[in-house]
Amino acid sequence: MTLTAPAPTRASGRPGTPPRRPVRPLRVLLHAFLGLVALGWLLPLALAVYASLRPYDETARLGYLSLPEHLTLDYYGRAWSQAELPRYYLNTLIIVVPALVVTLFMASFTAFAIARLRVPGRRTLLIVFTAGNLLPPQVLITPLYTVYAMVPLPAWLSDSQSLYDSYLGLILVHVAFQFGFCVFVMANFMRTIPEEINEAALVDGASVWKRYWRLTLPLCRPVLAALSTLQFTWMYNDFLWALVLMSSGDKLPVTSALNNLRGQFFTDYNLLAAGSVLVALPTLIVFQLLHKQFVAGLTLGATKG
Amino acid sequence: MAVKTRRYSARDVTVLVIGLGVAIVVNVGLIWGPTLASVGLSGTDWNGIGPLDWVGGRNYADLAGAYPPFWSAIRNNLLWLGFLGLVATPFGLFCAVLLDRRLRLSRIYQSALYLPVVLSLAVVGFIAQLVYSSDYGVLNAVTGLSVDWLGDRSINIWVVMVAAGWRHVGYVMIIYLAGLKAVDPALKEAAAIDGASEAQTFFRVVFPTLRPINVIVLVITVIEALRAFDIVYAINRGRNGLELLSVLVTENIVGEASRIGFGSAIAVILLAISIGFIVTYLSQLFREER
Repeated sequence: MTLTAPAPTRASGRPGTPPRRPVRPLRVLLHAFLGLVALGWLLPLALAVYASLRPYDETARLGYLSLPEHLTLDYYGRAWSQAELPRYYLNTLIIVVPALVVTLFMASFTAFAIARLRVPGRRTLLIVFTAGNLLPPQVLITPLYTVYAMVPLPAWLSDSQSLYDSYLGLILVHVAFQFGFCVFVMANFMRTIPEEINEAALVDGASVWKRYWRLTLPLCRPVLAALSTLQFTWMYNDFLWALVLMSSGDKLPVTSALNNLRGQFFTDYNLLAAGSVLVALPTLIVFQLLHKQFVAGLTLGATKG
Repeated sequence: MAVKTRRYSARDVTVLVIGLGVAIVVNVGLIWGPTLASVGLSGTDWNGIGPLDWVGGRNYADLAGAYPPFWSAIRNNLLWLGFLGLVATPFGLFCAVLLDRRLRLSRIYQSALYLPVVLSLAVVGFIAQLVYSSDYGVLNAVTGLSVDWLGDRSINIWVVMVAAGWRHVGYVMIIYLAGLKAVDPALKEAAAIDGASEAQTFFRVVFPTLRPINVIVLVITVIEALRAFDIVYAINRGRNGLELLSVLVTENIVGEASRIGFGSAIAVILLAISIGFIVTYLSQLFREER
């Protein structure tokens, strides 16, 4: 929120800003424009919800843009039970939760070491980590696929007995890939924490671990919240890693499993729409709940950085 | 790694070495190692099992000369980058500037714009089919046309980019909005007192202070363009006009023919394109710092 009055606009044609703002044509135009854009942005989603509520033969006859004759929740039932979505949600949780925790833990410690300690080569490390996250995944996926197939795992850890087609394999790749971005963001954030805090702790003879865990991390709550939201969304939405590094259909995370709702010869798009809505729901909810924290985290980083 | 500073006890050094060591091992083992391996494998004709035979640059020659999808993929990736960078990103900035003032309903506009960002690109791909489908799609129903938006290989990349842009705009908008809110109001005030118009205030005063945000947005845009994959894969597996480098790599490993060597050569091209951006970005970023 800006606390200043907006600069007087030329279009209003009034010298000086009156204390009570009258309806200005520019403001009306602004609302009209933003309203139209917002509406346009919501339409495709609304369409997906609408399509998911209508029977296939009806939309096949009338098209998606038509008045409904029947509305039914039938497709949600089918997506939920026939396509076994609950099982895939669980798969996603098994992958995303550990990956998220480990990524943030590793990244925060690395960022702490890079930003707050005089570790030799810290700049090179930061560059290498950041660059690693910028690579397109396809650049490394072929050897990764090959190596994953060669690494044996005990049966209790992976029923495929290799890193390929295992939860652990997906968790690892998420951690490795998202790590660089998190280190970058957190190192930038930690640099903005006043150095005096660290110095005071040094005088008290606090250990490295204590300075990381007790002093720095609690101050990083906003950036941890922002990164958790972002990373949850990214890991949840992953499609590629699971597509390439998983082969058993029943272990797929929910986003990739959505592809299974396509028939081989015939795709019922209304069913697919219902599935899409269900798959999108958790991220939409997370975003709605953490929206404030998320924006606050970004803003904090931007103001001080 | 030796940490030679008197300030650290032996225990501190152990904690550091373990902490950083794990990070480095994971990063090298799963990111940089495989990346280098891609470069090595691109010179072989390996099929995943049999022996490794060195074929030199033959994969690259085949790629350029005897593999038509390659050039359409290059073109599509460049178009994608151009579209996100020149259309979607500026539009996101524009929306952020409009929203960065005391407006009623501002929160609602923001939420609407941001909503697609949290969707997976695969879901975006499926939704795009509802809009663009030639028989039942909304676009044809509204315009009265009967264009096969996704099937016609001369236009499908454009409409798919619009769908990708739909998601990108909100992403850029929220980042810029956070940046704009952090701009010191006194700056704008001073500019207003000096008689600067709103446009002048923005371009001369506000925009230059957004430099760190601009860098972040630039990187996001380039990454998104090179990584584009899910959306075309969800639509038609990236064929028939929707070829992208990322899709070609994936097709060569998960497809029927496991052509590891050939797929790696495509990956190396992708690497070569992205490394240029990555180096430019990082050198700028880290030069500023010192």
